[in-house]
Parts: sequence; C-alpha cells; structure tokens
Amino acid sequence: MTRQTAASDIRHPGLNLGEPHKEAHTANEELAFGFWVFMMSDLIVFGLLFATYATMLGGTAGGPGPSDVLELKGPFIETMLLLASSFTFGMASLALKYEQGKLRLIGWLLITLLLGLGFIAHELMDFQSMFSKGGVPSRSGFLSAFFSLVPLHGLHVTAACLWMLAILGQMAVYGVDTSVKTGLMRLAILWHFLDIVWIGIFSVVYLGGLSG
Amino acid sequence: MPHPEEHGLQVPYSLPALLGMIIDVRDHNVLKVFSSPAGRSRFGAIVSCLALLALSGCSSAPGFLWPNGPVADAQRQHLWLVIALVMIVVLPVFILTPWLVWRYRYKSQATYRPRWSFSLWVDVLIWGVPVVIVALLSVALWKNTINLDPYKPIASDKPPLRIQVIGLDWKWLFIYPDHHIATLGQLVIPVDRPVSFTLTSATVMQSFIVPALGGQIDVMNRMVTRLNLMADHTGEFMGRNMQYNGEGFYAQQFTTRAVSDSEFATFIDQVTTQGQPLNAHAWGVLKQQNNWKDVARILNDGLPPPAPMVAFSQLPASLFQDVARHQPIAWNGSTATDTSGKDTSHHDRTPAQ
Amino acid sequence: MTLFGAPLLGRMTLDALPFRDMVQHPTRENIVNGLIASGAALMVILAAITVLGLITWYGKWKTLWCDWLTSVDHKKIGIMFIVIALAMLARALVEAFFMRAQQAVGLDGGFLSPEHYGQLFTTHGTIMIFFMAMPFLTGIINYVMPMQIGARDVSFPVMNSISLGLTAAGAALAMISLVLAPFSTGGWTGYPPFTELAANPGPGVDYWLWAITLSTLSSTMTGINFAVTLYKKRAPGMGLMRMPLFCWTALCTSILMIFGMPPLTVATGLLALDRYLDFHMFTADLGGNMMNYINLFWAFGHPEVYILILPAFGIYSEIFSTFSGKRLYGYTALVIATMAIAVLSFTVWLHHFFTMGQSAHINAVFGIATMLIGIPTGVKIYDWMLTMYRGRVRLTVPMLYACGFLILFSIGGLSGIILATPSIDYQIHNSLFLVAHFHNMLIPGLLFGMLAGYTYWFPKAFGFQLAPRWGYRAAWSWIIGFMLAFFPLYALGLLGMPRRALSFFNPTYLPWTISALLGAVLILFAFFGLIMQLWQSIKQRASLAVPIGDPWDGRSLEWAMPSPPPEYNFPVLPSINSHDAFARQKGSGQHYETPEYYEDIVLPANTAMGAALGGAGFLMAFGLTWHMWWLVILGAVAVLVSLVGRGFVRQTTRTIPAAVVENQHRAWMNAVLETTPITRADEQTPANQGLPVSPREGAVQ
Repeated sequence: MTRQTAASDIRHPGLNLGEPHKEAHTANEELAFGFWVFMMSDLIVFGLLFATYATMLGGTAGGPGPSDVLELKGPFIETMLLLASSFTFGMASLALKYEQGKLRLIGWLLITLLLGLGFIAHELMDFQSMFSKGGVPSRSGFLSAFFSLVPLHGLHVTAACLWMLAILGQMAVYGVDTSVKTGLMRLAILWHFLDIVWIGIFSVVYLGGLSG
Repeated sequence: MPHPEEHGLQVPYSLPALLGMIIDVRDHNVLKVFSSPAGRSRFGAIVSCLALLALSGCSSAPGFLWPNGPVADAQRQHLWLVIALVMIVVLPVFILTPWLVWRYRYKSQATYRPRWSFSLWVDVLIWGVPVVIVALLSVALWKNTINLDPYKPIASDKPPLRIQVIGLDWKWLFIYPDHHIATLGQLVIPVDRPVSFTLTSATVMQSFIVPALGGQIDVMNRMVTRLNLMADHTGEFMGRNMQYNGEGFYAQQFTTRAVSDSEFATFIDQVTTQGQPLNAHAWGVLKQQNNWKDVARILNDGLPPPAPMVAFSQLPASLFQDVARHQPIAWNGSTATDTSGKDTSHHDRTPAQ
Repeated sequence: MTLFGAPLLGRMTLDALPFRDMVQHPTRENIVNGLIASGAALMVILAAITVLGLITWYGKWKTLWCDWLTSVDHKKIGIMFIVIALAMLARALVEAFFMRAQQAVGLDGGFLSPEHYGQLFTTHGTIMIFFMAMPFLTGIINYVMPMQIGARDVSFPVMNSISLGLTAAGAALAMISLVLAPFSTGGWTGYPPFTELAANPGPGVDYWLWAITLSTLSSTMTGINFAVTLYKKRAPGMGLMRMPLFCWTALCTSILMIFGMPPLTVATGLLALDRYLDFHMFTADLGGNMMNYINLFWAFGHPEVYILILPAFGIYSEIFSTFSGKRLYGYTALVIATMAIAVLSFTVWLHHFFTMGQSAHINAVFGIATMLIGIPTGVKIYDWMLTMYRGRVRLTVPMLYACGFLILFSIGGLSGIILATPSIDYQIHNSLFLVAHFHNMLIPGLLFGMLAGYTYWFPKAFGFQLAPRWGYRAAWSWIIGFMLAFFPLYALGLLGMPRRALSFFNPTYLPWTISALLGAVLILFAFFGLIMQLWQSIKQRASLAVPIGDPWDGRSLEWAMPSPPPEYNFPVLPSINSHDAFARQKGSGQHYETPEYYEDIVLPANTAMGAALGGAGFLMAFGLTWHMWWLVILGAVAVLVSLVGRGFVRQTTRTIPAAVVENQHRAWMNAVLETTPITRADEQTPANQGLPVSPREGAVQ
C-alpha cells in the first residue's frame, strides 16, 4: 500500500486495470478506494430516504395512495433501460481494460449515455403522469417522501450523464490518458451503484407499493 | 425523607446530614468513599451551594429534589443511586490526578519506568469495575424505566382523574372531560388521586412537566401522548413547557394546585357556575400567540383576572379529539362524554388523518 | 429592481437591517436590542474592512492568493481551518456572555428581547459546533496526521482545499447574518414544525439550513479524505497498530464523519424541500411526521458528538505520553476503546428524545446502550492516569489542560450517566442540567483538547513556542471559569429551569445565574489571555525559537523535522519498525540520519478549486436564503463549470528538485550539530532550540 508496492500487488474493489496500464492502475488504487467510500456515504443517504419513505406510507392525508398514482409499466421500462446501460458500461470498461480500441470504447459509452438519458426522459414522463393524477409532493407526506427519494436517484443519474459527457470531452482533447481512465473507473462505480439503488426503488416503492 | 412543609427548617441541610441523605440509598459501599476527606472536599463546593440554596427558602424551590408525588420521589431516589454508583469510578480520578501530578513530577525522585505500558490485572480492574457498575445501573435502569413509564397508570384504589391538555402558543388548556370544564393558567388536582393526562398540541412541539410530581412528556401536533402523575402532598407547584416554541416560551408556565377532595369539589363547582363559555370566539383568542394572562385580560374585557386562571364552563365535548385529529371543532357538539382518554392502548401516537 | 421578472434582491427588504426595528418602533427594548445587534453588525463590517485594509496596506494579496488560498498543502489548510475556528470562537463566546448576562438580570425581565435571545442561542450552538469545533479538529488532524504517518500530504489535496472553502462559506454565511438579519431562532437542532414555513417563514431558518449544509458537505469530504489517507498513505512499516493513537482517533473520527454526516444532509435537505417546494415531510398537517426529523437529526447528532470528542482524546494521548516522558499506557486497550466508542455511537441516538413517547422498553434498551459507552471512555481516563504513573510529569500548559480535563470531564461523565437513565431524564431533559452536561463534555473535553493541541503543535507549525505565562493564565481561567459558569447550571436544571429560556420568575434561580455570569466573564478573560499569549509570543519569537523542531522531546514522526517543516515534510519517506517511532529512533541513536540519496519530490500543484467552490457555495446559499434565484443559478453554473473545467486540467503536480531538498536537509542537519541539546528542565526557557538530550533506555532527560 505504498509507492514501493509492485503494480501486481495493487488491488481495489471492482474492475482493476492491471499492469499494462501502469500509471493509471497505480493511481486508481487510491482514487477508486476513495470513491467507494463516498458511495458508502451516498448509500446511507438513500437508505435513510428509504426508511423515511417506509414510515410515511400511511401519510396520504386523504389524498392518493401508492395504488392511485404508481404504475408498473413505466418503471419496468426504466429498469430495463438502466440494467442495459449497466451492461453496456461494463462492456465499455472491458474495452478500456483490454485496450480494444478507442472507437469501441466510445461506442459503448455513447450507448450507455443514450440509455441513461432515456431513463431520465422516461422517468420525467412518469412524474408528469403522476402530477396529472394529482400525485404532487405538496399533496401529502406520502407523496413528499416519494418525491424526495425517487427524483434524488434521477438527479444522480443526471449528474452521472453530465460526468460522462465531460469525460467524453476530455477524451476528445487528450485521448484516453490516465485521468480519463481513472475518471471512467470511478464513473463506472457510480453507474452500477445507481443501478443497485434503482433495483431497491423498483422493488420497495413500485412493486411493494402496488402489491399492498 | 422528611418533607420541608412538615418539618419546616429542621430539614437536614447541614453538610454531614446532606451526605447522610445521599448515603440513604440502596448501596452502602458509598459510605467509605464519602467519609474520605479528599472526597468530601471535592464535593463540598457543590454540596454547600445546595445548603446555601436551602437557606434561601426551600419551600419556593421547584424541582424534583423536593418531591411532592410518588413518581418524583422515585426519580429522586434513583438519582442518588446513580450518583453513588458512578462516584465509585469518578472519585478516584479526582483524588489520583493531583496526586499523580505531584508525586511523579519531573523533579521528584519517585520511581520512573518510562517503558512500563501494560499490566494485566490493572486492565482487568479498569475494565471490570465499570462493567460491574454499569450492570448494576442497568438493572436499576430497566426496573425504574418500566415502573416510572409516564404511560403507566399509577396504582391506587381511587379512579384516575382524566385531564386532557392542549398545548397552545404559549399556554396550556386543561380540560376536565368528566366535569365538562376547562382552565387556563392553573391546574387543580385532588391530592392522593392519580391523574391521567392525554396531551396534544395545537401548534408546534412542546413538552409538559410538573417537576414536583413527575417527569415530562412531549406534546406534538396531530398526536396524542400520555402522562400519569399523582400528588401526595397538598401545595402549589410550578408546571411549564420544556421545549422551545417561540418568543413566549419562557413564560409558558402555570401553577399546579394539589388540594383536598372537598376543595377540589368546590373548585369544580366554582368553575361550573362562574366559568365562561369556550366558544369559537374564545378559541380564536386562544389560538393567538399570547400567554394565559393576556387571554385573561382579553376575555375579561381588559380587567385583571379575578382568579389566578381563566375558567371555562361550557365547551364542546369533542374539543380535544377535534384538535388532535385536525378536524374542525364541533362547536355545537352534544355534551355526551367523548371517548378519548378511555382508550387503554399503550400508545396512540400514530398521526390521526 | 427586477431581473427577468423576479426581484433582484429576492425577498430582502430594509427589514433585514439590524437597526430597522429600533428606528421604526423606538421602544426601550427595541433600542437596547437594536444597539446590540447593530454593534455586532458593525464589528463584522469593521473586521472585514480592517482585514482587507491590512492586506492591501502590506501588499499581501499575491501572497494570500498564491501561498494560502490556492495552496493544497495540508499544513496550510490546517492552519486556515484553525484560524476560522478561533475567529468563530470569539464570536460565539461573546454571544454566550450576552446570554449569561441576560439571565443574571433575568428575574422577571432582563434587557434582551425574546427574538434576540432566540437568535443568540441558535447562533451560539450552530457556530460552536459547525464553525468552531469541526474546523478546529479538522485543522489539527489536517496538520498533524499526515506527518505522524510519514506521508507528504493527504490522499486528496484538492478536495481538502474544497472542504476548507465550503466551511469558510458556511462561516461567512453565519457572519453575514449579523448584517442582514435575522438568523434562525429554532436552536442548533432546528426541530420542525417550529422551523417550517407556518411558524417561521422568514430567512432565519434558511440561513441556518444552508450554513449547516455547507459545513456538512465539507465534513463529509474531510472524512473521506482522512480515512483514505490513513488507509493508503502510511509509511512503509507503519502497520495500523504502530500508528500514534492520535491517528487512530483521526481514523475513527473520519469513519464517523462518513457515516454520521449523511443523516444531517437528509434531515436538512428534506426540511429545505418542505420550505422551498411545499413538501410535507415534517409539517404539522397533510401527513408530515416531525418525529422522522428528530430521528434523522440525532442519527447524525450522536455520532457528531463523538466526532467532536475523539480527536481531543487523541490529542490527550499524545500529551500525557509526551509530558510524562513515558510510553502511553494500554495502547491496544485504547485502540479497542476508541473503536468501541465509534461503533457504539451509532446505537444510542434515541437518548436525545427519551421523552417523545415511545415505549419504556425501547427507552430502557437505549439507556443501557448509552451507559455502555461510558465503559471504554472510563478506561481511557484511567489509561491516561496510568500513563502519568511512574513517569516524569511536566506540568506545561498542554498538560494543565489535560489534567483539568481528567477531573472535569469525569463530572460530565457522571451527569451523562444520570441523563442516560430514562426515568431521571424525564425530569431534566431540555433543562439546564442537559446544557451543563454537554458543555461539561465539550469545554473540558473538546475545547481543552483543541487548545492543548494548539499549544503543543504551534512550535512545530511556526518555529517558535508560545510564551507560557499568559498560557497558564488562560488555562487556569478556562478551568475556573468553566466551573463557575456551568456547575450552577447543574443546580438550575435540577431546580426545573429549562434551556433556551430568556428569563425566569423564581428568585431561587438568581444566585446561580449570577455565578454563571461571573464564570462567563472569566472565560472571556481566558480568551483574551490566549490572544495576549499569541501576541506576546510573536513579539518574542526570536527568543522562543525552536528551529530544530523537537521542543517537547516528542515521540512521533512530526517532531523529526525542522520547525517550520518544509512543504514536503520528509526529504525521504521514513521506514518504520515500531510505534512511538521517533522516540525509538532517538533511543537507538538512529534519528537525524542523512539519507543515502535524495530524489525529486512531486507535490500537488496549487488550485483555485477551493476558493471557487467556496465562493460559489456561498453565493448559492445566500441566494437560496433570500430567494435571489438568479444568484442561485449563477452559483450553480459556477460550480458546474469549475467541476467540469477541473477535469480538463492536466498539470496537477509540481516538482521540487532533489538538489533543493538536499540543500534544505543538510542545512537542518548542520543546525542540529551546532545546537546545544537541553534537558526537560530547560524546556520552557530560551535555551530550548528544539533539540533534546537523547533519552537513555527510554528515560526522557
């Protein structure tokens, strides 16, 4: 865990770039570790919002409840979009690690970005339809809790998409250099983390809310 | 424990007697600790302050150190127990620290072992003694927390007096649902009879306490909490709000009077005959941000209150329920007794819809 | 004036000026309070003008920007954090004084208005915790920890600078609320529904919200930074069990920050949604549940108090060991105790609201859990006493703070156990007993630790010692002042006086409140003593100089370098084979060795990110408070541009050539040879140049 450690001894959770990437691999140890720690703090934020949501399921104040405003179809499509985007990001990470060429890397990243943007667009449409049914956050505690949890995830996805664009921009200027590589490794962690949080949302909020 | 009002200033507030009072706890081991001069001198500052306080007039001293009810009395006993047990670990620190600094000062010839940094039996002692003390405290804590739970009715052969409390800014409305009266500014209860409170807030979070009788309970909007108290001495005690709720918080105080049964009956009669109606107009005044004296002035047409309270004799039977549930108050409601307070479930704190 | 249809100044009107009320409704109360508030505002403006003026007069803008504000050196950032802390300490102490003065004359009245008093206790608490204590401990850990583990800097130096910028922004927001008033009156805890729009629609609660949010974001980042540094950047051979105990407490503190700050982010974030977007998370109506806020807040609040105390515990470990000339007693037990405290701190949050109406069984469980934390804490106290046992104790100023801590903190521990007992807590919750307890933990615990650390490491940072005379006066004044100011509050609490109460009606309280005021005055004198000490030390710095860098015969690596240290800390990263690394080296004569060869040292380059994000953060927070939406958008765009722009920066390091490193090191080595070593008898005399006589078989000379 110091400068004198051989590159082959460096390991961190997730995809490791390995020796051929020398500088990026070494630099990534600390950067990836730090980013995982940040993800842990983010997980606490989401966890607490889940817990708060659960306690406020009853706070409908005479207004619409889960079965009145939630639907499965939209979130299911969103789930597919996000899962697919995690897969395509995985392909991009492999393309990066095994140096399969810049074109391939950018291709997979662009597909991921499109899927991510598709997710956001679809989710916004979902919210719009909820609003039209009277499912606005100012109506009740339950709806407030919903709209503090689910859009926070959406904001994270938006931020991840912006970050993706920024990295693509860096790639255009500098090529796939060390900074770009470590940036992609960290963005990958965020992307997959957001996927996991979404599984939680889909299960607890949508499946849970509509089954009761 | 002699009560101040029964024995006047014979109350044993001299220094050794106060120590005796502290020793009057379950654990007699503290006797050794408190008889050591160093230990006493450490404690002397605080204790003599208490003595000074006592000389300044103990009957006006509020708080549970001069308890007037079984709950407050039990709380005070528990306090002495906790202090006594924890002193076992704390007192050596007071004594040893100055001694260590003196004995092992740089210029002294005392033993110097610069590499000595561990001893098994010392570690066993410093881990073990606190563990034992915490274990003992835990037993007492568990027992007393359950026994003195504010939600637990107080055992008595008399039926409890039901009182509903509505917290307002910055006063308390005391409703006596079985007598169809309400008061503001003063709470009158019969001595030696359990009082069962149900409380809600019409504004923000508050906390209701009469320290001489027992502990506090939070009072929250759209929720109902409970408190059980009993006075075993007659007298006047301070009651107040403990949770900051705005500019008038510091003055959100009231007097609790514990009176004999006959006096209580007289009080009920007086309020029933001389009280004013708690109608929509009066409620409008109550909903403003003021204290009970302001309300008295307004409702008595600017005249100072005749009695140290505002008394209401006609009020909707469902007032408490309506406030707790955020429902419009049924001003023309029937006088049929409402059912709140008779609910014997342990917690009815779920927010009413 | 409008901008795109919205008012340029948002909802700011002339009412924001602190003298407005006094001028419009000149009652006696308004005039007195208006004068006090305006005086405070004037202080802020004068201070700002003075500082800016002095910098301009001495032509130091370039130095300030290039050497300080854009620096990513952990030492400089640490010092800047501590400067913020000391400045905010001054303000919050004055606020405390006003509250004590009001209560001393508060029988049936007093001179402060309820509104003013409400702001005072809110700002006092908020500033002391978020803008005094957190920056102070962050600053000290920042300065000392990397050196103690044999590193050159923290893992993420740019993020370190951003943490500083965000804390500074929060502090600035708190300060500007004196000029453009009012601040919140909801206490540092800000419980809804009092802090919801229905009860408090004005900017006060929003000021509080955003100031705290800035501080929280800063601390979360700091926690991540410190944790990764401690895991990844220790020198070769320094296993976790060889770290100085201060680093262990830093590690546990940073873990607590990482997990303990998010609940506050959630609590205040949801409150902000309620206030800005008409959500109903905690409102009194439409299905809100204020108990959720309380749970969330204290899920943060309890780990927070351990964040505050653990670094102080670490400092005390260093001080007891160094100033007893002895190994720290029970290192392993102390590590275990520290970790136990860190873990247990997440299991006790309910004891902050025993009275909220949950079942007795739940209360009892949390009460017992709370008492359990007392066990490792008690062990620590005894371990420190055992460190003095059979040592050679030198009662320097840091040691005086430490010994005062041992005695006074134990009393706080007793009051803590009392409060942990639900049946008793039902009486004294939210009373002055509670206030006395937590000040008992924070002042002798946290603050004495910070002041001891400040005195202890000051010579390392600046190359000269702090003159002891005013230091002793300050320390004694803190000790006695604290006792006079807070022990009466224990009595007042037992007598039923609540906290946050402007005045009272029972004359029994009067002797205690007067005594408390005397204590407050003594504490103000103590703070004055600290300023005098600093001023005199700067004047006498030539005679107090300790350039060799080891004025206290220290045991850890930070003492193995010159004072002030070079920006790269170590010319060559050390290899470690024991704990108390420097003491062992001195014992075996292996200290002050010349390395075989010197290498170029690569350090992170300066960056404006901290200043940029701090500034943008301030603008966003200010704009949100006053509903100046254009300013919020501007700030957000600045943040985005900064973050994206930073990604395009490729020149992120600078190199110090080996020759320069060699010259600096050799110069220091020569100074060592030419300096006369001293024994501890001359520790606080001008003869002390920072070079001790080597220990003999561990015995400090």
